[in-house]
Amino acid sequence: MRYLPLTPDDRTAMLAKIGAGSVDELFADVPELARLDGPIHDLPAHASEMAVERHMAKLARRNLTAGDGPFFLGCGAYKHHVPATVDHIIQRGEYLTAYTPYQPEIAQGTLQMLFEFQTQVARLFGCDVANASMYDGSTACWEAITMAGRVTKRSRAVLSSGLHPHYVSVANTMAKFTGDTLVTATPELTAEPDTDALIDQIDDETSCVVVQYPDILGRIGDLSKLAEAAHAKKALLIAVVTEPVALGAIKAPGEMGADIVVGEGQSLGVGLQFGGPYVGLFACSQKLVRQMPGRLCGETVDAEGKRGYVLTLSTREQHIRREKATSNICTNSGLCALAFSIHMTLLGEKGLRQLAEINHALACKAADRLTQVPGVELVNGAFFNEFTVKLPAEARPVVRALADKGMLAGVSLGRLYPAEDALAGGLVVAVTETTTEDDIEQLAAALKEVLA
Amino acid sequence: MTINQSGWKPEMTSGDQQGPTETFTGARALMRDEALIFEIGSTDTTGVDFGEVEAPASDRLGGLARNRDIGLPGLSEPETVRHYTRLSRQNYAIDTGIFPLGSCTMKHNPRLNERVARMPGFADIHPLQPVDTVQGALEVIHQLSNWLVTLTGMHSVAMSPKAGAHGELCGILAIRAALEARGDTREVILVPESAHGTNPATAAFAGYKVEGIPANGAGRVDLEALKQRLGPDVAAVMITNPNTCGLFEPDMKAISDAVHAAGGFVYCDGANFNAIVGRVRPGDLGVDAMHINLHKTFSTPHGGGGPGSGPVVFSQALTPYAPLPFVEKTADGFQLVEEETAEEHHARSFGRMVAFHGQMGMFTRALSYMLSHGADGLKQVAEDAVLNANYVLRSLSDVLQAPFGDSGPCMHEALFSDKGLAEGFSTLDIAKALIDEGYHPMTMYFPLVVHGAMLIEPTETESKAGLDQFIGAVRSVVERAKAGDETLKGAPWYAPRRRLDETQAARKPVLVWEDPNLVQAAE
Repeated sequence: MRYLPLTPDDRTAMLAKIGAGSVDELFADVPELARLDGPIHDLPAHASEMAVERHMAKLARRNLTAGDGPFFLGCGAYKHHVPATVDHIIQRGEYLTAYTPYQPEIAQGTLQMLFEFQTQVARLFGCDVANASMYDGSTACWEAITMAGRVTKRSRAVLSSGLHPHYVSVANTMAKFTGDTLVTATPELTAEPDTDALIDQIDDETSCVVVQYPDILGRIGDLSKLAEAAHAKKALLIAVVTEPVALGAIKAPGEMGADIVVGEGQSLGVGLQFGGPYVGLFACSQKLVRQMPGRLCGETVDAEGKRGYVLTLSTREQHIRREKATSNICTNSGLCALAFSIHMTLLGEKGLRQLAEINHALACKAADRLTQVPGVELVNGAFFNEFTVKLPAEARPVVRALADKGMLAGVSLGRLYPAEDALAGGLVVAVTETTTEDDIEQLAAALKEVLA
Repeated sequence: MTINQSGWKPEMTSGDQQGPTETFTGARALMRDEALIFEIGSTDTTGVDFGEVEAPASDRLGGLARNRDIGLPGLSEPETVRHYTRLSRQNYAIDTGIFPLGSCTMKHNPRLNERVARMPGFADIHPLQPVDTVQGALEVIHQLSNWLVTLTGMHSVAMSPKAGAHGELCGILAIRAALEARGDTREVILVPESAHGTNPATAAFAGYKVEGIPANGAGRVDLEALKQRLGPDVAAVMITNPNTCGLFEPDMKAISDAVHAAGGFVYCDGANFNAIVGRVRPGDLGVDAMHINLHKTFSTPHGGGGPGSGPVVFSQALTPYAPLPFVEKTADGFQLVEEETAEEHHARSFGRMVAFHGQMGMFTRALSYMLSHGADGLKQVAEDAVLNANYVLRSLSDVLQAPFGDSGPCMHEALFSDKGLAEGFSTLDIAKALIDEGYHPMTMYFPLVVHGAMLIEPTETESKAGLDQFIGAVRSVVERAKAGDETLKGAPWYAPRRRLDETQAARKPVLVWEDPNLVQAAE
C-alpha cells in the first residue's frame, strides 16, 4: 500500500525486537468479543490513486458548480475570486502538514502568520485585539454570546431578527443546555434593519445584543445608537459580519461601539466548499481579552533577545484549565486563517477598497436591473453586495426552476424560513466581483420568463 | 554509537573553521528572519488587479461609507509569495520529518486528497444550492457516513461537528437530550484524570459538573472504583479508548455495562481510533457516542491548527437525538434533512450546532483516503501504527522509564516518564534538544498522570529506518541528560529561535502589531 513504508521484513525484525510472535499479540488487551477477525463486510478493498480519483471525479461531476453559470447565492457564504497565489501557498507542506504551534522555536512561520492575521482582523473590525480563529461564523457567534455572559454575569441575550437563521439555530441549541435566555424574532421585509425593536428589548438583565452587519437580508444600519443603548444598560454589543469584504466599503462595527465583533472569514481566501471548512473571526476590546475563547498568538523574545511569537494566555484554555476553561475549543481553523491572511495581504487596503467598490457597483446595477422585471420589488433601503427582492410569487420554486436552466439565482427566504409565509416571496441576491453584467442580464431575463 | 542507522551522516563543520560571527543581513544562509507585513507592506500597494467597473451615480450604503483608514498593508504578488515562503521555512512539518506528538496522530497527508478536495464539483458549490444540484456532494457525505458507521459498528453518524472538541460537545448534548427526554436531571459527568483537556471543558460547556475517575496501577480505569461512584446523579462517563497512556481499556465492555445499569451513557473520545480501526468496533464495547477526528485517523491535514472535522457516531439509543442536518437516501435521490423536514422524521433532534452541513472539504479528503486504503488497508494502518509504537517503546525502555511498560504492549503511542534524568534536567530539556537533532519533539507533560510525561506517537507512515534514526537521537539526548550535560538546558541552539519567553508574553500580552512610532508618540 502506497502510504505504508514498512516492508514485511521490517515487520518481522520489529516484532523480534519487541519480543512478540505476531502483531495479534500486540492487541492482547482487546477482549475476545471485540476482536474483528477477517475482512470487514460491505466495504471495498484498497484502490489505486487513479481509481480513487476516477470515483471521486464522478461524484464531483454530479454537482452544479458556481462556475457553471450565473451565480447569485450568498447568505453567509460568498463566491469571490481567490488569487492563485493563495492556494499555492497554503499547499506548501510547511503550513499544510504542521500542527498547532506547541513548539514555538520550530513553528515561527505559523505563529508569525497568526500574529499578522490577528492584527488584520482586529483592524478590519475596528477592534483592539483578535484571536487566531474559530471554527466558523456561527460557532464564533455563540462563543461571543457566552463570553458576554461571563463578562456581564447575565444570561439574557437579545438577537436581531436580521441574524443568519443558522446562527440563531446554533445559539438556540446551545442555550437549551446552558440555560441562557435568548430573545429572537423573525425578520420582516422592511427597508431598514430592526434597530429600534432591539433597543426596546434591552433591559437590566440583558448580557448582550447580537446584530448582523450587513444583516441576513443585506440591510445595513448604523450601530452607534444600538451600542449606546446597550452600554446604558451595561450590556455588550456583539456585531456579526458574514461578509468581511463589506468592511472595505462601510464603517467597522468596532468604530461604532461594538464590544465584540465576530464573523465568517470565508469570503477571503477560503472558497465555497459546500459550507466548510470556513474560518471564524473573533475580535474584541482590550479589556475583555482574558475572557476570549480560542488560541491567541503573542509577541515575546527568545533567550538571545530576538523577537518571536508564542501561543499565549493559555490559562484560559482547555488543555490547562480543563473544566474551568473559557471554551472547549482546541483545533480551530488555522489553514483557513492563513488563506484569509494571504488574500488580505495581496489585496492590501487599496485592493480591499477597490474590491468592495466593484462589489457594490455591480450589486447596484443588479438591483436596478432586477427591479425592472415586472412585479419584482427591492426590499432594502441600503445594501452592500447583497439585497433582497420580493417576487410576485413564491421564490423557492422560482429558484428551483432557474437551477434547471443552469442558473443559481439566489437564496430563497423559503429555504431559510420555511414556516414563514410572509417571507415566501423573498429572494436574497448576492453580487460579487465574479458576477458579470451578462450574468445580471441573464438572471433578469430568466426571472421575467419564469414569473410571466 | 551509530546515530544514523539509515546509513548516511553529514559531515559536521569543525569548531575551528568558523566563519564571521555577523552577516550584514543577520541571516545565516537559508536561515533568515522575515519582517512583518506591517513593516514591509504599504496600504497603497496591492497585488491584485481588477477590471474597470463603472461606479454608481451615488452609493447605497445608507450613509455608512468608511471614512477612516483601516491600516491593512498590501504587497505585490512576488513579494507576497516570498513573504509566506520565507515564513514557511521556519516551520517544522510532517513533510519535513517525523512528527511524534502523542495523541495528535501526525501521519502523512496524501496529496491525492488535496487534488480531490479541489475538484470544482466539491470546492465550488454553495451550501444553500437547491439539493438536486448537489447530489454528488450529498452522496460523498452518505458514502463517508457508511464507512464510519461500518468501521465503528455504531448505528448512525452526525457529520456536522467542526473538530474533535466540537464532536465531544455533540455527543454530550445528545446524551443530555436523551436524559431530558426521560425527565432525568443527572448533573455529573465522570472523566478520568488522563483525559484530554477538551473532555472536562466540553462537559462543563454543556452545563455539567465534572468529577474524576481514578486509574489503577496499570494506567487503566479502576473498574471497581468507577462502579462505586456510579449512581442516579451520573449522566455519563467519558472514556478515551485507547487511552492517553497509549493503552487499550480491557474492561471497556464491563465499564459500559456498569454505566448503563446505573442509567448513564458512555461517551468515548475517539481521538485514538487510529490504533484500532479495522480491528475493533467501539459499537461492540457498549459505546453510546464517539467522535472521530478525520484529521487524525483519516489523514486530513492539520494545517498548523485546523481545520479539523469531528463526526460523531451514535448507538441506537442516542440516534433519535442526533443533531441536524443529515443526509438521507430516498427513492428520489439524496435529501438534506434540516429544520424544515426534521419534525416529520427527527422530532427529538437536539438541534443544529453549526451553520450549513459540516466540513465538506475534509469529507472529500477522508473518503479519498478510505477508498485508497480500503477496509484491508485500514486494518494494516492500525497494525503498523501499533507495531511502530511498540518498537519505539521497546527500543527506548532501557534508557527511559516506561511507567506501564511491564503491563504488556502499548497501542499506537509509547509513554515515558522523566525518572532517571540527572537532577535539574527535565522533559522540556529533552524536547528542546530533539529540536537541535532535527526533530519535532514528542508530546510533553501529557497525560498528567505521569511525571514529566513524554508521549511518542510515531504513526504508521514512518519507515523503520526513519524510526531507527529517531530512536538513536532520543537515546543520545537522554544519555546526555542523565550525564548532566548542561548544554541541553540552552537547547535549541540551532532552531530559528532559542527558547521563547512565554512568561513575558502572558504578563504583558502583545497580540497585535502597533506602529512603534505611534506608540512612542502616545507615550
